Amino acid sequence: MPLLLEIVTPEAKTFSGDVESVVLPGAQGEFGVLPGHEHLITGIEPGELEITQNGQKSWLAVGSGFVEIRNDRVAVLTDMAIRVEDIDENAVEEARRRAEKAIADAGHPDEAARATLQRSLAQLNVKRRRRH
Amino acid sequence: MANTRDIRRRIKSVRNTAQITKAMQMVAASKMRKAQQLALSGRPYAELMNSVLAHCAVRCDLEAHPLLEKREVRRTGVLLISTDKGLCGGLNANLLREAAKLDRDRTRIVTLGRKGRQGMARLGYHLVADFEMRDTPGIAHSKAVSQFLIEEFLRGAIDEVEVVYSEYVSTITQRPVRRTLLPIQRLRRLSTRLQGDSEDEEPALESPAGEPTFEPSAAEVLNALLPHYLHFQVFQCYLEAKASEQSARMVAMKNATDNALQIVKDLTLQYNKVRQASITNELLEISTAQLAMA
Repeated sequence: MPLLLEIVTPEAKTFSGDVESVVLPGAQGEFGVLPGHEHLITGIEPGELEITQNGQKSWLAVGSGFVEIRNDRVAVLTDMAIRVEDIDENAVEEARRRAEKAIADAGHPDEAARATLQRSLAQLNVKRRRRH
Repeated sequence: MANTRDIRRRIKSVRNTAQITKAMQMVAASKMRKAQQLALSGRPYAELMNSVLAHCAVRCDLEAHPLLEKREVRRTGVLLISTDKGLCGGLNANLLREAAKLDRDRTRIVTLGRKGRQGMARLGYHLVADFEMRDTPGIAHSKAVSQFLIEEFLRGAIDEVEVVYSEYVSTITQRPVRRTLLPIQRLRRLSTRLQGDSEDEEPALESPAGEPTFEPSAAEVLNALLPHYLHFQVFQCYLEAKASEQSARMVAMKNATDNALQIVKDLTLQYNKVRQASITNELLEISTAQLAMA
């Protein structure tokens, strides 16, 4: 009995498919989900989402959001979800530097820059961890 | 009477203008489709959020949350979503007319889009923040705006938050609307429809099936959820404003193209008349000269 995983963002449905298990960055630490999980709703933090599909592991960088687990269907609701293969490290690093500079220059909290910074850091973390 | 060369030159220039407006019309049409598509692709997200929200709503005391709390209104924050560029017909003029109804002393304006910023500054409103627009709207970008609004609201700088933007009714009709964002008055189902998106039609949250476990608790999940709810709403308004802008531009450019082609037609007629007249004149001169010689 597989687990149906769906990852949706306001912009698109990023992932939809059967998986064996998934590890989520929960608000209170990472937790794994296997088929037969109880009906659960909880928040997730920006971090790394690990999917095991056909014995293969893959990773995504996700933003903050929610997850509803019900009847072997894991629905992840987040504002960002990017596959680790799709993360362009140089571009993200560049974005991070620009955001940091914008924050330093502005002297006041620049929301847009802060959001960019957060996103870039989450992506970089996942990318770097998974390269080795 | 203008000579043929001048008319020919004008025809050429008008034809060039028509070509440009035609191209802009095509670009606007494709951008409009993109914005609509983006709004629609948020549907799975909206459905999921509705479901989680419904679960939370039956489990917690909705009055207690700061984002739901009604306060005495001393200052209203208004998010005005306009456009950066012009050439979109009466869109911004209509929008500003709606915005000008706001109370000048009690309103704090946050703008998204240059035209709105300029207009409101001219009208003497108090601007607190201005956000840049992007050609391709993304949630990360609109989130910065909604996060700012939430923080201002929680800090007590403003006691309610409204949004003014152009609602997309159809390709040829856009209507400026004003809606309350905060405090969240009643939790509505999030909808991702663009056309005829009227508030009364949206059904209330349906009661959920099953008894989920919340971690850590329903109240805390709700706490974290409500900002996302708002982010999503602002994002949808942003997309709708974008779709309105592009369709208004498309129509404006189509009119411009049609007018230019009409002018070309008129000028061609005039050109032919002038040409004919000069030929007739020459013939007359020749025959007069012949008669005089005979």
